[in-house]
Amino acid sequence: MAVLRISTPLRPYINGKSEVELQGETVLEVVEDLILQYPALRPHLFSSEGKLRAFVNLFLNDQDVRNLQGMETPVKENDRLVLVPSIAGGSRRDGCFPN
Amino acid sequence: MKIPVHILEQIDQWMERAYPEEGAGFLLGHDHPEREVEAVLALPNTREEAARRNRYLIGAQEMLEAEREAERLNLDVIGVYHSHPDHPSQPSAYDLEWALPWFSYLIIRVSDGRADGVQSWRLREDRGGFAEEPLDRVEAGGSRLLDATV
Repeated sequence: MAVLRISTPLRPYINGKSEVELQGETVLEVVEDLILQYPALRPHLFSSEGKLRAFVNLFLNDQDVRNLQGMETPVKENDRLVLVPSIAGGSRRDGCFPN
Repeated sequence: MKIPVHILEQIDQWMERAYPEEGAGFLLGHDHPEREVEAVLALPNTREEAARRNRYLIGAQEMLEAEREAERLNLDVIGVYHSHPDHPSQPSAYDLEWALPWFSYLIIRVSDGRADGVQSWRLREDRGGFAEEPLDRVEAGGSRLLDATV
């Protein structure tokens, strides 16, 4: 059982809590258990193609899982995961500026 | 959403200072009994320099730190503000792609270096677009202006 801490804008989807206990032997399995328990979160974490949205960051015991084994990173009993979004946006896609 | 006039004025000044680049930061406050901004936290735009005229980015670490700061003040991070230099204060397709539910997205139009329009938006639950959130400008209220850009 791992503990996942979740950022403020997503807490309404987990009954207002800041942390939940989840099952899973990898980061992916833990996130899948999160979606199983709180299915309304799915469209905000995954695109319609089933890909994790670009703003989703996952830290395992304070380390970005991108620097570990990504979503396949093993999760042990009592590990702490944090799901936190990057915040981004901007005024337009077109024009001469980079996208 | 209730927001003190002096906070709006401060955000305008910060967004004018960032012009012609986009500026951004967090809105701190509470959601009950009604959504109200009580503090603002200005943050650096961490996109690469060439992209800052039409993009902003606040990284995950800054988000975590903002949540810690909000907790310290007994508040929540309730939204994000950012500017649209020489562009309307309406969300773009890129804003939609990156939008989080529940947050208020305050967008400030800055025309030729002058902040001259503001609107607030909330992501619709189906992620198909935004609904405009009325702004209730109040004279009194929050006084914490936290500038982490300098």
